Amino acid sequence: MRMHRRTLLALAVFTGLTAPSMALAADDTIKIGLLATFEGPFTVLGEDGERGAMTAVAEMNGTVAGKKVEIVKGSSDASPDSAVRAARKLVEQDGVKVLVGPLSGDEGIAVKDYAKTQPNVTFINGTSAAQDTTLRDPAENFFRFSTDGAQWMAGLGTYAFNDKGYKKVATVAEDYSFPYTQVFGFMAEFCKAGGHVPSKSWVPIGNKDFSSVIAAIPEDVDAIYVALGGADAVNFLTQYQQGGGSAPLIGGSITVDQTVLTSKGKLRDVLKGTPSAGPTADTNDAPAWKTFVEAYKKQPGAFPSPSLFAHGYYVDMKATLLGLDQVGGDVSDGGKKLRDALSKLSFDTPTGKVSLDKNRNAIADIFLTEVTEGADGNLMNKLVKVVPQVNQTLGIPEDEFMKLGAVNRDNPSCP
Amino acid sequence: MSLLEQPSSSSLSAGGMTRRQAWGLVGLVAAAVMVWLVFAVWPDWLNAILISKKAFVSAILNGITLAGLYFLVASGFTLIFGLMRNVNLAHGSLYLLGAYIGYEVTNHTGYWLLGVAAGFAVLAIIGVVMQVFVFRRLEGDDLRQTLVSIGISIVAADLMLAVWAGGTYQITTPEWLDGALTLPIITAVRSNGVSVFLTYPLYRVVVLAAAIVIGVGLWLMLNRTRVGMMIRAGVDDRAMLQASGVNVHAVFAVVFAVGAGLAGFAGVVGGSALSVAPGEDVRYLLASLVVVIVGGMGSITGAAIGALLIGLAEQIGLVYFPTYGIVLTFVIMVVTLAVRPQGIMGKAR
Repeated sequence: MRMHRRTLLALAVFTGLTAPSMALAADDTIKIGLLATFEGPFTVLGEDGERGAMTAVAEMNGTVAGKKVEIVKGSSDASPDSAVRAARKLVEQDGVKVLVGPLSGDEGIAVKDYAKTQPNVTFINGTSAAQDTTLRDPAENFFRFSTDGAQWMAGLGTYAFNDKGYKKVATVAEDYSFPYTQVFGFMAEFCKAGGHVPSKSWVPIGNKDFSSVIAAIPEDVDAIYVALGGADAVNFLTQYQQGGGSAPLIGGSITVDQTVLTSKGKLRDVLKGTPSAGPTADTNDAPAWKTFVEAYKKQPGAFPSPSLFAHGYYVDMKATLLGLDQVGGDVSDGGKKLRDALSKLSFDTPTGKVSLDKNRNAIADIFLTEVTEGADGNLMNKLVKVVPQVNQTLGIPEDEFMKLGAVNRDNPSCP
Repeated sequence: MSLLEQPSSSSLSAGGMTRRQAWGLVGLVAAAVMVWLVFAVWPDWLNAILISKKAFVSAILNGITLAGLYFLVASGFTLIFGLMRNVNLAHGSLYLLGAYIGYEVTNHTGYWLLGVAAGFAVLAIIGVVMQVFVFRRLEGDDLRQTLVSIGISIVAADLMLAVWAGGTYQITTPEWLDGALTLPIITAVRSNGVSVFLTYPLYRVVVLAAAIVIGVGLWLMLNRTRVGMMIRAGVDDRAMLQASGVNVHAVFAVVFAVGAGLAGFAGVVGGSALSVAPGEDVRYLLASLVVVIVGGMGSITGAAIGALLIGLAEQIGLVYFPTYGIVLTFVIMVVTLAVRPQGIMGKAR
């Protein structure tokens, strides 16, 4: 009997606690879910993603179509199942109809698959940049206004071969879909130009000790292409410096991002002069970019310059808000009107014009950069060249591009 | 006894090695092969199979130094877990906290050694506090100890995230620990006849040396000193030790202080070799759990053997089959549990 009463009490308390979150949003607010990595190895990246998203919200003064924007945060740890768990929580418990996120490659593919089971919810990507999130088997309600990892590499392979004169390059990258996509993007151009990649090392995400991997890189390569993120990149670069590594580096987009460039320690020395490419360049002179940097810096804990995560989340959140504005904030029809508006949306971002292709993947400008030390001692990505309006098939006709096959550890290959 | 029988019986005694001798011989052959692999100039076919001599020897050296680091963490864990039957699943948090404290002290004073000392001292104090205020109250209650220490580790992880945020920190090592050693190991011979020698970071050699010194020191303390005797006696029969006039609680507090202090020390040393970031706590807790399970609970020698096995497995796996490398560690654990459940050096109780 006593047990029974206790159980009832516990149930009552539990209901009391969960009820408020079940309550429907009031008419004058719009709930937007924000999914990013607020835990695990990509915590810094996720936090900067949030700053970017909040910059977009602040730009609209926190309102859209006269309704107040309410951001509900969901946290993942960069693993696909944690991302789906967080997305489910946002959609099924918090009742969001619009969700922005996630951050990392495998997460994007998992959330895209989840999106198929929730046709009335509109998903807009964060910064996840695996190719197959939108290229193969896309979801009708998943939109990516940020570009993918292969697009980010536009121009880099040719630049490394022609301007830098690297003929043989070894690659070191994490073992999941986003780095596969980045290596694909780099090699697509580099191999076509006549370069060779004799050795590819795939390391588990969250690996700490890279010294054995570094030792296994052939000694006769001209440069090493590194596509590692966050703490992994910091560890690799530090150990490369400690081990007296001498081959120059080529950076994946997130390897020479502000999340890594602002790290403390001696790794700065090996990074200077590293060429890379990505959706942003720190020394971009365009007025729109400068305005964005100023707005971004108002966010608490901001980096000297927004990382590509801040940029990606900003662009996707901005697109979301513009779309919502066009439909008057009305998602009562299961978001159909919103999705129509998003599909046709084309707008000017701090990094140039963005529009979507038929798979709802962005076509945008890509920036070729090189790491330099700024006047204030911070490391910066100096703009070398802008590659205008890169599409997902990298300018190759679609049927030809699809024949290249899905990206994985062994594809592409040019030893 | 006929004359004919004699030769056969003597040949039996000569050929019939004991099991121990046979294993000794196998060990000797393995050691000889290893020495040859490390010092000889490799023929091409061997380079083709094992990527390159540089990769192979580096993986072995890295495995051994990583083992040194694992040993530092796991020795504290094995002391507390094995000797005191005290399940402290917050041991990884002690490692991470030690690393952060080491970072702060090194950063503010500019002296790396001071950071290492602070990592040890602060964590030793925290260890005593945990023992006195938490674990002493739960003595002999394994389940509650486990749950409470998990709770502590979760709270500690969030508190550290609040203070130091999610960034990756690198503890700066002093100049005199920088640079690389040239080892007398020839990795390749260039076409012009010049030998290429293997270089190896000096700092990692220092980590290994520190681990060996601490390991030997711990073993001597446990087996050759009065305190060590009391610790071992307290583990076997606490009531009897208490009856003979020893303050058992004080002894256990000392053990806890040393164990926690070692975790903090390892945090600073490891944070300088690799890096400090949230999530390291769980990683090192898992590593020390595996090391202690493989090596045998409560045995310092066992922790050393376990650390060596796991360190080597991790590094060799990373170079030769990165995708499935992580499995190797657990295969070792599963095999140990199946063949020798008490661990390699563990005593069956």
